[in-house]
Amino acid sequence: MKIKVIVTLKNGVLDPQGKAIQQTLNGMNFGNVEDVRQGKYFEIEVKEKDEKKAKSLVDDMCKKLLANLVIEDYKIV
Amino acid sequence: MRSSVIIFPGSNCDRDMDVALKKFGFKNQMVWHNDQSIPKSDLIVLPGGFSYGDYLRCGSIASKSKIIKSVIDFANSGGLVLGICNGFQILTETGLLKGILQQNKFLNFICRNVFVKVKDKQNKYFKDLKKDVLELHIAHNEGNYFCSDDELKSLEDNNQIAVTYCGEDGTENETTNPNGAIKNIAGIFNNNKNVLGMMPHPERMIDKYLSGEDGSLFFKNILDNFK
Repeated sequence: MKIKVIVTLKNGVLDPQGKAIQQTLNGMNFGNVEDVRQGKYFEIEVKEKDEKKAKSLVDDMCKKLLANLVIEDYKIV
Repeated sequence: MRSSVIIFPGSNCDRDMDVALKKFGFKNQMVWHNDQSIPKSDLIVLPGGFSYGDYLRCGSIASKSKIIKSVIDFANSGGLVLGICNGFQILTETGLLKGILQQNKFLNFICRNVFVKVKDKQNKYFKDLKKDVLELHIAHNEGNYFCSDDELKSLEDNNQIAVTYCGEDGTENETTNPNGAIKNIAGIFNNNKNVLGMMPHPERMIDKYLSGEDGSLFFKNILDNFK
């Protein structure tokens, strides 16, 4: 089963890439863009039929590798 | 003094480090990341480079490689572990050092000489070092050190900040901070100060005709403190 994860920077952590994207969008006349935060998206194929078990496995993966909890949050979607 | 340099796929400062260590009399050996154990050593070095192509986050994949368990055990038993540049990033990803190295504030790869101030000499790396400010080389895209306020406080309280970016005269401010690192931090220790991670490359400053010799001071000092 496929589990999807989104990893984003925590609030308050500087995101220079997001800032550069925002400024570029503003320069392209998307003047109403106030903020951009860039993140990562994962699709993980797990050999497991039980959704609860699969998600709990992916949760463990997020904590151990996919996200660095010093600066990042993750969300299993 | 016996040393081991760990090579990961994508390491590119491993041979420079080997040359530097041998020049000053270390008995150095190279260890492949897929090995299970490390030969008897007094110092383990994680060199600079782009281990595993810097995939996911710098140092994150290397921090899970086979050899790392031995490095962590060695560090926890009090052995000296030195991480330079990508090696510093790997050490933060293993959890041996606090915080993380983020992308440089202005999104640029920086490759130039910098000055760093030695902030603590009560350790086996900098004890009795003759200079307080060293000229070293940096070459990185992710050197912007970041940690939580609580972690920063504990780094400061325990004198775990090793080196900070500064001017030639030792001034630390925003203009002497190349990458946006919190408090100008260029290198830190673990709690016991046997593990040191730093972005600047001492191994690139060991020849007066090529660059400078402040790196020589660094390596000689480690040897002197070991005797």
